[in-house]
Amino acid sequence: MSLDVEINQDTLLVRLRGELDLGVTDYLRNSLEDMLNQSKTKHLVINLRNVTFIDSSGLGVILGRYNRVSAQGGQVSLVGAQPQVRRVLALSGLLTIMKEYSSEEAALSRVG
Amino acid sequence: MQVINHAKLEFQSLPANVAFARVTVAAFAAQLDFTLNDLEEIKVAVSEAVANAIVHGYENRTDCTVFISMSIGNLALELKIWDHGVGIPDLKKAMQLTYSTDPERMGLGFVFMQSFMDSLHVDSTPGKGTTVTMVKTAPSNVTV
Repeated sequence: MSLDVEINQDTLLVRLRGELDLGVTDYLRNSLEDMLNQSKTKHLVINLRNVTFIDSSGLGVILGRYNRVSAQGGQVSLVGAQPQVRRVLALSGLLTIMKEYSSEEAALSRVG
Repeated sequence: MQVINHAKLEFQSLPANVAFARVTVAAFAAQLDFTLNDLEEIKVAVSEAVANAIVHGYENRTDCTVFISMSIGNLALELKIWDHGVGIPDLKKAMQLTYSTDPERMGLGFVFMQSFMDSLHVDSTPGKGTTVTMVKTAPSNVTV
């Protein structure tokens, strides 16, 4: 699992790669918290295009960041989930509380 | 179920082994005519059961052992995943949607196991451990 980030005005854009399960949750949670603390951005866009697996441990990290960002009035958007990942997201109910976009550009133009 | 192939796996209760477990089970399950989608669903169910064993059963201790027994029958895969951990005091409550003892875990583990497998049975004895038994039926007969 790896990630890279970009800051676009008041939005933190995070691109995740690999498999999101219990083996990476501490690393992922700490990385996202550090980036949100340092960037002081209001919104969060998570690009899942290169995520090949997710389970409830991975979803929990996303939900935790959603709780933090939305408590501060920000939005969390998801981009490009592959069908098998999207199925898990849909079943979890996360897609009912987060917006979903097909591209980073679409997500970035609509947040804020 | 008449067993025609069987394998056992035991491994240390390390989070890194969740991926090892699901990939190994999926490789074994591929002997049946599962679709790629079925194999992805099996991987999620295995991840949930193994993560539960590590996080809840062994309360994140990494020096314990998680066990998996996998059997292939004529038309189905049966998995037993167990630990010798603390057990689940209130099984009915634990299997409810969005019940979790950890605010960052969503309580969805059993929901995914139930949704992605054809049957799910959980046996738990406080102080002795938990065994999850899951079956997934394959679309047609064994190909190997």
